[in-house]
Amino acid sequence: MSERITRDEVTHVARLARLDLSDSEIDEFAHQLSDILDHAADIEALDVGDIEPTSHPLPMVNVFRADERRPSLDRDEVLAVAPAEQDGQFRVPPVLGEEQ
Amino acid sequence: MSARSIAADVASGARTAVSVLDEHLARVAARESELNAFNLVTEDTARAQAEAVDAAVAAGTTVGPLAGVPLALKDNMCTRGIPTTCSSRILEGWRPPYDATVVSRLADAGAVFVGKTNLDEFAMGSSTENSAFGPTRNPLDTGRVPGGSSGGSAAAVAADFASLAIGSDTGGSIRQPAAFCGIVGMKPTYGAVSRYGLIAFGSSLDQFGPFAKNVADAAALFDTIAGHDPLDSTSIADYTPNAVDHLDRGVEGLRVGVVRELAGGEGSVEGLSPDVLASTSEAIDALTAAGAHVEEVSVPSATLGLSAYYIVAPAEASSNLARYDGVRYGLRVDAATTGEMNTATRTAGFGAEVKRRIMLGTYALSAGYYDAFYGKALKVRTMMLRDFASVYENFDVLLTPTAPTTAFPFGERSADPMTMYVNDVCTIPSNLTGHPGISVPFGVGDDGLPVGVQVLAPALQDGLTFQVGAVLEAAANAGGAS
Amino acid sequence: MTGAAEKGAAEKMVHEPTLPDEWELVVGLEVHVELATQTKLFCGCANEFSTEPNTNVCPTCLGLPGSLPVMNAKAVEFAMTLGRALGCEVHPSVMARKNYFYPDMAKDFQTTQYDQPTNVDGQLVLADGAVVGIERAHIEEDAGKTTHVGGGGRINDATFSLVDYNRAGVPLVEVVSRPDIRTVEHAKAYVSELRDILLATEVSDAKMEEGSMRVDANVSVRPMGSDELRTRCELKNINSVRSLGRAIEYEARRHIDLYTNGEAPRQETRHWDEEGGRSTRGRSKEDADDYRYFQEPDLVPLAPSAEDVAAIDAAMPVLPAARRARLGELSTVSADVLSTVVERGQDTLALDAIGAGADADKVLTRLQNDVAVDDWSNLTPSALAALVTLETSGDLTATQAKQVLADLIESGGDPAAIAADRGFEAMESNELEDLVDQLIADNPDEWARFTSGDDGDRKKMQGFFTGQIMKATKGQADGRAIAQLLVAKSS
Repeated sequence: MSERITRDEVTHVARLARLDLSDSEIDEFAHQLSDILDHAADIEALDVGDIEPTSHPLPMVNVFRADERRPSLDRDEVLAVAPAEQDGQFRVPPVLGEEQ
Repeated sequence: MSARSIAADVASGARTAVSVLDEHLARVAARESELNAFNLVTEDTARAQAEAVDAAVAAGTTVGPLAGVPLALKDNMCTRGIPTTCSSRILEGWRPPYDATVVSRLADAGAVFVGKTNLDEFAMGSSTENSAFGPTRNPLDTGRVPGGSSGGSAAAVAADFASLAIGSDTGGSIRQPAAFCGIVGMKPTYGAVSRYGLIAFGSSLDQFGPFAKNVADAAALFDTIAGHDPLDSTSIADYTPNAVDHLDRGVEGLRVGVVRELAGGEGSVEGLSPDVLASTSEAIDALTAAGAHVEEVSVPSATLGLSAYYIVAPAEASSNLARYDGVRYGLRVDAATTGEMNTATRTAGFGAEVKRRIMLGTYALSAGYYDAFYGKALKVRTMMLRDFASVYENFDVLLTPTAPTTAFPFGERSADPMTMYVNDVCTIPSNLTGHPGISVPFGVGDDGLPVGVQVLAPALQDGLTFQVGAVLEAAANAGGAS
Repeated sequence: MTGAAEKGAAEKMVHEPTLPDEWELVVGLEVHVELATQTKLFCGCANEFSTEPNTNVCPTCLGLPGSLPVMNAKAVEFAMTLGRALGCEVHPSVMARKNYFYPDMAKDFQTTQYDQPTNVDGQLVLADGAVVGIERAHIEEDAGKTTHVGGGGRINDATFSLVDYNRAGVPLVEVVSRPDIRTVEHAKAYVSELRDILLATEVSDAKMEEGSMRVDANVSVRPMGSDELRTRCELKNINSVRSLGRAIEYEARRHIDLYTNGEAPRQETRHWDEEGGRSTRGRSKEDADDYRYFQEPDLVPLAPSAEDVAAIDAAMPVLPAARRARLGELSTVSADVLSTVVERGQDTLALDAIGAGADADKVLTRLQNDVAVDDWSNLTPSALAALVTLETSGDLTATQAKQVLADLIESGGDPAAIAADRGFEAMESNELEDLVDQLIADNPDEWARFTSGDDGDRKKMQGFFTGQIMKATKGQADGRAIAQLLVAKSS
């Protein structure tokens, strides 16, 4: 079956999203995502050339706050819910790869 | 007993908040195991709040407008120190260190928090079947869904576990469950109610909103929670809610447009069931009888809403849900590296629908596809804003069914995601445009289950939705709906 | 040619001396600057270094579920100020999400600016007059800090990592230059000039060693004379201006070696290892590249008015380039001298002294050479002017002038009075010449070594004769005049 979204694309997208999919899930998602996007064919077919995109329903600009201090959280409360912590920091397994 | 009368009785000392709470908790005890409306019943908190209200009343101190009223909070609202899970394994047991602004306002108003209600995981769904903690059952027929994603809140009010509830609406998640459970549910103008503490799904679409047994209670609740919040950049400055003021204004001379594309007229979306359309038709008659000018109107791009929504919402969600990575809170599934830990955690912690939407959203934003999908969907949004704007030049409010059908049986729409998504076809357009909308019960379907009709209004005209809703409610109660 | 190309063309005449003649260096710099606000970009947590991890955090900068950002007005003002100081156009802008997973990013996306940044199309004029184009300077939030623990301390050896979010959400401006830089010296001068601007505008304290200014270098090479842009590598982990120079040099050579061997560099991010003096491969760009940018829905666009920009322009301090130019118009000294005087903040002193009638070149060279001190507050413009005039009119020798200057710096006063106290008088030039002749006659061997010896001998003998003369004149003689006489008499 020729799907709009291939298995490879699903695998690639899953990696971007940090999700591990089983083989059957990959097939299932390929099928379902293709199906959903097929239903979006109505907007795909639209000629929207000159129209500007709207990111936001309400046209607001320039919302600011003053550069003034507000209380920070109590570190104990923050770390109390941490899956792992050490020396006041969040502890994680070794991180591979450069920061951006 | 309405929320407003509870508030009046408690404020006057005629009843104690504690006794009101006990009554509601008794109903919870009787039916909660059957309905599963709550992820957590917060009895200790509720009792402390109720006792505080009673103490204040006894001392002659002024109490808030909702003092003593039992209220349920959807479990995607941050409540400090109280587990907030979004009905997901990935946040199971997580206690936020802060309250949502709406939660603070409700606490200040004296409301009594009965519990955190069940929802479709991360608010993604239309039936509450996607909860990691089991579905909620419709109190009117436990073989049926209560709707979603705010199914728990709707069920809690319908079953009188609480007098009021808060839900959130991204594509219809307040209005549709309100319709399915036979109660009132309203989505405010985007920005009318603070999103600070609303665990995000679709940031440009999400709004907290009220559930109640009647329009007046919903209006009072709306007035309590709405208004500018400096902690939310997208909240409207200078917004003074006055829904309650609109309740008695009637509809004489009001211009009501029935959106034919969403109401079975020419060019309509499919799948609108005849009994729903029949009730909508009766609602039209009721408004006409009350003095409104009702006409059919065309909003052509309304039919594009579903497609645009199922790109915009998942796209925003894919980014909003990236933070659930096992590092700072929530579930962690250990692994040799952080990257592997992120993946193992998210794979174990998210349900299928959430994964599906994250995948869809990631795909829509990914290199090479942005213009075709997300970019285009944002342009469709512009088209819809224009279409609605031009319609609102000639009409004050619009009318549609809230949902295509009455509450459906469990499992009926689980096989194919699209069949679930079409539940939102009537509600989605106003999420994309940011306009307010209310669902009011009007008649029943062939199966005896309630039908909801939807009133839409222009941005900032939240009061109008309650105004028209009140008239519909009166007509329905007077026997004008079947 | 467009303006930018013209500026770039001016660079083509300059060649990086450490590279072979046939290769040209192409460098663009991306500099992240921490803004000197009180609070973070989107929340009211303190924007200050703390040794206690995770104490300057709140729901917003921790990215807790349900949290929302609100833009810091001061940060935007600083960003526009920096943009205008760099000659940029200030545009309406929007914030965007850059999506990727890394534990130091609390939301697993960074809120930044993408296709509609605040500042575009500026330029940075270096001390020697070279111009480097600025493509953009945009606003973004900083990430937290990850520490790798265990093993060798390098990422790949760690047994676990620790994360501190104190820095998460600190406001940054990223300044992106065009690839107009052609020499290592210019690269360093760019960073130095940018730092001066940041300090002058008080937008940042710009300390590379502390991380409030971070420099990444995009390096490529091309055949001299060509205008193609070849594969570039981004170098990170450059912690000082000196490292910057070393890193660019190393990387350029690495590229040249590859090309010479018939290969080519890969487009990638590389890590600069200062100890090892080399760059090493970081993560390949392919994997990391799909950031899925989209407009940040939790923030609204920024729309600065013409009045906003005018207010920024009106409040702009005189920038280093303008300060150098002011002095440059009045004198003929080298760019180095101007730079030094302005960097030290002595330009107002100089202007005032020159305004009082002193010779501009002499004022500036005296400042550069002899006022390299932390505190010169005792030295008034009128005293400086008077002193310089005493020297240029011949009333004081150079040596005497330096000594009077030292006294003025120490304790102020009037130069003429100080000179009188010290018993300084100028020597007649023929008096000096007589002395020199006498010494030459008295010291024939030394004179022979001076006239016919090697450089070492000449230097030594010059010292000998000068010392003798100084002894005889009790230090009154002018050292330069002595040297000139010796040279004249040896030819």
